[in-house]
Amino acid sequence: MIAELQEIQNQAKKKSGGDGAVIASLNGASKSFGDVHALRQVNFAVRAGELVALLGPNGAGKTTAVKLFLGLAKPTTGTVSVFGGDPIHADVRTRMGAMLQVAKVPETLRVREHIDLFSSYYPRPLRLDETLALAGLQEIKNRVFGELSGGQRQRVLFALALCGDPDILFLDEPTVGLDVESRRILWEEIRKLIARGKSVLLTTHYLEEADALADRVVVINRGRIIAEGTPAEIKASTAGRRIRCVTSLGIETVRAMAGVVEVSRNRDALEIRAAEAEAIVRELLMRDPGLSGLEVSSAGLEEAFLALTQDRNNT
Amino acid sequence: MASASTVFNQGSLGRSLSKTLLVYFKEAKYEFLTRLRLRAYSISTISFPVMFYVLFGLVLNPKDAPLGGTTVAAYSIATFGTFGVMGASLFGTASGLAAERGLGWLQVKRASPMPPFAYFAAKVALGMTFSTIVVLLLLLLAFTFGGVHLPLLDAAKLVAILAAGSLPFCVMGLAIGYFVGPNSAVAAINLIYLPLSFCSGLWVPLMFLPKVLQHIAHFLPPYHLAQLALGVVGAGQHESNWFHWEALIGFSLICLGAARLGFQRDEGQSYG
Repeated sequence: MIAELQEIQNQAKKKSGGDGAVIASLNGASKSFGDVHALRQVNFAVRAGELVALLGPNGAGKTTAVKLFLGLAKPTTGTVSVFGGDPIHADVRTRMGAMLQVAKVPETLRVREHIDLFSSYYPRPLRLDETLALAGLQEIKNRVFGELSGGQRQRVLFALALCGDPDILFLDEPTVGLDVESRRILWEEIRKLIARGKSVLLTTHYLEEADALADRVVVINRGRIIAEGTPAEIKASTAGRRIRCVTSLGIETVRAMAGVVEVSRNRDALEIRAAEAEAIVRELLMRDPGLSGLEVSSAGLEEAFLALTQDRNNT
Repeated sequence: MASASTVFNQGSLGRSLSKTLLVYFKEAKYEFLTRLRLRAYSISTISFPVMFYVLFGLVLNPKDAPLGGTTVAAYSIATFGTFGVMGASLFGTASGLAAERGLGWLQVKRASPMPPFAYFAAKVALGMTFSTIVVLLLLLLAFTFGGVHLPLLDAAKLVAILAAGSLPFCVMGLAIGYFVGPNSAVAAINLIYLPLSFCSGLWVPLMFLPKVLQHIAHFLPPYHLAQLALGVVGAGQHESNWFHWEALIGFSLICLGAARLGFQRDEGQSYG
């Protein structure tokens, strides 16, 4: 099994050019629970050394995708491959780390005891002090889990994911429910992992988080992947610019202009979404010399995301 | 579709024996620490049988009164010993498993390369250890306050039987833990544990129970363990010991099958 893995890795290295080799993938994977289709025909890969954010609203299928990668669930159709094998095998699992959403962790164990136990599962774990340093837990290593704050608890779960020095980490909504400060601390810890050459798949419904951390964003909604690219590409692929102005032109007139995606009235101003702003601004000024209060801004990832998921919902 | 047994084995693949033993040791060590620090488990599993033994075996009934061929105090070590073993075993395995399974902690462990068998072994070790502690305490009380004179060899035999007899109930606990929710676990265990104890003659000796219950008792696993223990203190029903062991082994296998079903269901292997 080990020899096999090494061979797969070598092959993967040969194939990889500028991009990292694919180390984990869902291939046409679907997962249904009775009538509920959590994932439909999903093709999705994580490459060596990248941080991919799987972005989507609640119930989009993010957690199901992570469970398939971890071998905690089997796809109804399609296949899952991690390091060329089935994630259910212990040989593959020793190279993965996972941070899952968990309602209750044994509260009477100390932070260092939790880490000590999980470290023992792996063949070549990090030293305790390394793990503590990476997750920022040195100060609280002797505290029992039940006494920790929400942010500290998440960092302990994060430490359990990384203590085995895995090559790929799956982080399922790592910062859900955390305040801004705790979230930023955890982001720093995640960046440290990438600096160590790890691959990370992170799920989130915080757009800001995907934007701040990810090399690549995959947008998922209702079990389907609806967009994929760098955060910049995702923004550009939908209405990339937002134009705001006060004009005497009617909504219908503006909507009919080439390149306009959506127009809405916001008090006395019009809000226009469009891929490119220049041509539309030129035409607006030409048709309405009295136009005022012109603002052009780039649409945030949040708007891009909403546009993407809404378009899909309407069809 | 990989079977559960291959999953069990894969945990130890590629690991040296000493490394594997270390995982088993740490899993058990932290299981004990978790439960000892919680206190609810250690205190209730030990205090209930001890309290019952003191009340019914030593205080409320004349402890020297003859009962089933021996004294009340001696008879009660076997019955309340079985009762204590059942409690320590069922609560040691089922409640922890149900909570950790239902609240997501088991999933975190399953996503790691932890050998699944180490997880179950730790819970069984906890149940068996506390069972042994309960029996030793009852014996101590019997020797000091109960006027019981049991040859040392018989006392050792009694401890060994009850400790071994903890295993079927640990496996039963694992099966229960897979099929009850985290909040209903304690209620569900009591709902099984208490009627089973009563109907097996652990609280009131069988001969004082209605005939119909005496017949039903033959189908209940605690009855068989209690009969084995009663045999040592000289109060058995004079059935073959092998009959009782076979009943307990058969019961263990049924529970093992049920637990395995739950395990596979959780592993997502029986659902496509």
